[in-house]
Amino acid sequence: MHEMAVTESILRITLDHAGRAKASRVSAITIKLGQLSSLVDDSIRFYWDLIAADTIAEKAELYFERVPARALCLDCNTEFALPKDSFVCPNCRSERFRIIAGDEMSVESIEVET
Amino acid sequence: MKQTIPIVENILSANDRLAEENRARLDAAGVFAINLMASPGAGKTSLILATLATLAGRLRLGVIEGDLAGSIDADKAAAAGIPAVQINTGGECHLDAVMIRGALDSLPLGQIDLLIIENVGNLVCPVAFQLGSHLNLLIASIPEGDDKPYKYPGMYRGVQALVINKTDLLPYVPFNMDYFRRGVQALNPGLATFPLSCRTGEGLPAFADWLVGQVQHGRKKNPR
Repeated sequence: MHEMAVTESILRITLDHAGRAKASRVSAITIKLGQLSSLVDDSIRFYWDLIAADTIAEKAELYFERVPARALCLDCNTEFALPKDSFVCPNCRSERFRIIAGDEMSVESIEVET
Repeated sequence: MKQTIPIVENILSANDRLAEENRARLDAAGVFAINLMASPGAGKTSLILATLATLAGRLRLGVIEGDLAGSIDADKAAAAGIPAVQINTGGECHLDAVMIRGALDSLPLGQIDLLIIENVGNLVCPVAFQLGSHLNLLIASIPEGDDKPYKYPGMYRGVQALVINKTDLLPYVPFNMDYFRRGVQALNPGLATFPLSCRTGEGLPAFADWLVGQVQHGRKKNPR
């Protein structure tokens, strides 16, 4: 829902690093998004075309690595994909677990031409 | 020449850094700040006003009101005698650290013990943006339904306290408290939870006492 602010941040990080590398163009950006981040990649692409216009990153390809939400059961140590409608361990039915993946929201790398 | 530059930087890191600056400023002024989040209509402004009445002068309050438009909430707070700043986000679905930095300039921080930042009514976006507050507080209200922890896990994981408002409606609304609490417990074990009703006042004294304790605890950690 807050993809516009997120897209602005992605551009700022990209231009910051591209500038330090004295790049003439940014050709690709890899973005990691966890399932729990509630971010929609189509929406980021949409804003990207508007926000990155007239910068050295305007034609950059956006690649998204989606990270599924995963949890670790605190009772039987089973690692499992977090179900959407119930929060129980599929192995022992415990409701005590720790979320170990799915919050990610980062710019992983950029590909530039110098 | 093509080259790949590894970055691995959190997308919202710039906001997080500004939030740290806001927190340092609040600490220096001895202000304990709460980021109050909830869906629209859960009772954020009602909780602020009911808390003010229940505290009966034990803490000096200030508020920052975040809304898409209008100043209804800030007007209510000002009418109750609380220093209040309204932030209109335009279309933005959440407050961010830059907006808070601007709002802090307009508040008499030296005369405030507890600053309540009322975020935009929304269970998704606000939790992603740190503001510089010391505590994230969520209000769930009975008519919203008992499935909200399951539908908005990010919000329920991102808070340090939970108010369950409108408990006076429990006899009239299908709300399975056990199902609700199991979802909360799974996402946020041991979360401090306060069932209350802003309308009847039930549960408010316990919540107000806890708030006073939080502010005192914060002072000990950051003595002026």
